[in-house]
Amino acid sequence: MSKHLRWFIWLLVGSAGALALATIALHRGEEINALWLVVAAVCTYALAYRFYSAFISAKVLALDPMRATPAERLEDGRDFVPTNKWVVFGHHFAAIAGPGPLVGPVLAAQFGYLPGTLWILAGAVFGGCVQDFVILLFSVRRNGKSLTAMARDEIGKIGGFVAYVSVLAIIVILLGVAALIVVNALKGSPWGTFTIAMTIPIALLMGWYLRRLRPGKVLETSALGFLLVILAIFGGQWVSQNSHIAPWFTLSASTLAIVIIVYGYAASAMPVWLLLAPRDYLSTFVKLGTIALLALGILALHPVLHMPPLTRFIDGSGPVFAGNVFPFAFITIACGAISGFHSLISSGTTPKLIRRETEARMVGYGAMMAESMVAIMATIAACVMQPGIYFSINSPAGIVGQTPEAAAATITNWGFPASAADMHALALAVGEQTLYNRTGGAPAFAVGMAHIFSNSLGGQAVMAVWYHFAIMFEALFILTVLDAGTRVGRFMVQDALAHVWKPFGRTSWYPSVLATSALIVGAWGYFLWQGVKDPLGGINSLWPLFGIANQLLATVALCVATTIVIKMGRVRYAWVTLMPLVWLVAVTFTASWHKIFDVNPRIGFLAHARTVTNPRLIFNDCLDAWVTGILIFLVTLILFESAKEWMRVLSGKKAARVSEAPFVMTAFVEEA
Amino acid sequence: MRRAWQILVATLREIFDEAAYARFLGQDGQVTQESYAAFLRERETKLASKVKCC
Repeated sequence: MSKHLRWFIWLLVGSAGALALATIALHRGEEINALWLVVAAVCTYALAYRFYSAFISAKVLALDPMRATPAERLEDGRDFVPTNKWVVFGHHFAAIAGPGPLVGPVLAAQFGYLPGTLWILAGAVFGGCVQDFVILLFSVRRNGKSLTAMARDEIGKIGGFVAYVSVLAIIVILLGVAALIVVNALKGSPWGTFTIAMTIPIALLMGWYLRRLRPGKVLETSALGFLLVILAIFGGQWVSQNSHIAPWFTLSASTLAIVIIVYGYAASAMPVWLLLAPRDYLSTFVKLGTIALLALGILALHPVLHMPPLTRFIDGSGPVFAGNVFPFAFITIACGAISGFHSLISSGTTPKLIRRETEARMVGYGAMMAESMVAIMATIAACVMQPGIYFSINSPAGIVGQTPEAAAATITNWGFPASAADMHALALAVGEQTLYNRTGGAPAFAVGMAHIFSNSLGGQAVMAVWYHFAIMFEALFILTVLDAGTRVGRFMVQDALAHVWKPFGRTSWYPSVLATSALIVGAWGYFLWQGVKDPLGGINSLWPLFGIANQLLATVALCVATTIVIKMGRVRYAWVTLMPLVWLVAVTFTASWHKIFDVNPRIGFLAHARTVTNPRLIFNDCLDAWVTGILIFLVTLILFESAKEWMRVLSGKKAARVSEAPFVMTAFVEEA
Repeated sequence: MRRAWQILVATLREIFDEAAYARFLGQDGQVTQESYAAFLRERETKLASKVKCC
């Protein structure tokens, strides 16, 4: 293709993207088609990948196709395996895509579709993709070292300690809020509860089938598990209509919370092959299929967005969570824009599979673009609903009122027409008693997804099945994160306690396993219980706390990345990682300040503590304020340590030495 | 088209650990309950500490 033709094509892509972005940003008073969001996203990603990631590859990281990666140098057929770039891309994407990019954008839709969409696009191409890419490459150049190890090597012991505590904190808070989302989706829903309950025996059966009948046939086993889950969805419909059995599965939020806590503890102590591994396979199978199906559904139906670009709630008075569009939209949407959690995966399995340095660009930058696209689809799913329905589902009873009539009146009064009769009809259409007070994002996403699916496949008659398919999909996702996260947290605690007493570090020593599992489950279980008992629905307090923790971990990752870029002698390009770092510091520090000290009791933990009399609620508020304060203190510490390191290197007091593995020529030199 | 299909299958086999089991078996390893149990034992810690993102 000639140079001129290439430039002409890129000019067309740029023009289409600019037109789509202008339509999204400037249209007022008229509904727009969801395809504008898709066009804007695709063009933005294409341009960012072609030009910005190429710039980072060439100028900042100087990717070297001649340099052997650890997958080649340390190949052992187990952990280090040179793997095809598309395979690594799929593997990496499957690990980074979780419930976050689906839930965050749904919650942030209370501001309208515009703030979330712009943040997802800008945050991803300038922040999230950059973070995932540079951390992946730096880990590749350090034999696949973890983020914590890189922080210790490049910034010092304090850096390593802060990274460790941040990871543990984010795991605990994430698991608490994730479990709360499941509770809010399943409370009073015999259909949903039965379907999800069935995934446990299905996973156990898969574990047995894999080990005894068809060893190693994971894809076949996952497909069978998927068919059983589909049967469980139809079984759930029968259960919900059976007056004798339905009450067994109609559980209150408190009962569900206890069940999930007990489940989390049991799952953490069970053999991996029996429950965790098959459940993980089943969840991945459903996840990849459903995301592809949702993308096809949006393209086929190309629905109209009923949510306005901006709502009145940008002033901070939103019912889903309180707080102004800045900074709260930016901590509510983490995965999908920038997520610190990804840096753990970019410095985990993936760097050990990369065959050539140059492929880190497609895997690191590219997979994050794909995840960002998932977040755009979630935004669309939330915004195709009538705003009155969206707010009826997502608003806690403490804000809109206890009865359907009161809720409808409050929401209509906000300017979003809603009626109790319409909500009742919708609840019946999706096979539920009620859809009010279902905070957490998952039910709203499920309604949006069911709307898209049923309109493009099957019609209104199967809306209930699609709704419960979506609920199953999200809950399965989340419970897998719960299983895996509890174990990862347990391993981290065991690792730390081994410094106190060696036997604690033995991952197969049952007293240690049970004690450390109890510690982790107790920690996230407390946050879950706190959320269930919160009169404002729990999400209002816990999701921002999770967002802050996640973005603070991204701050740690970007501190490490900036330090390495400076030590590489590329200080003139340090802005590439410094720019998202400065933005995240501004966002997280502002959000933390508001969450602790804001005088509005719906925002500030301490202000809320002053308005309640129940000692437990006061304690919870103070605990949340302390957790936020400690996280901010730790990140201030790593910022300070990083800045000191930068100054020492830049002033020449310290030699600019990076701890990379020595250069070895690749054997794939012919391809390079 | 055929190449795309091969890559898709290879990706799924990697994601679902089938490729890892094949590597574990080596060239002349037999697919048996015992070998799979040994593979799972070897990967127990790795599987259990695999971070899943939110």
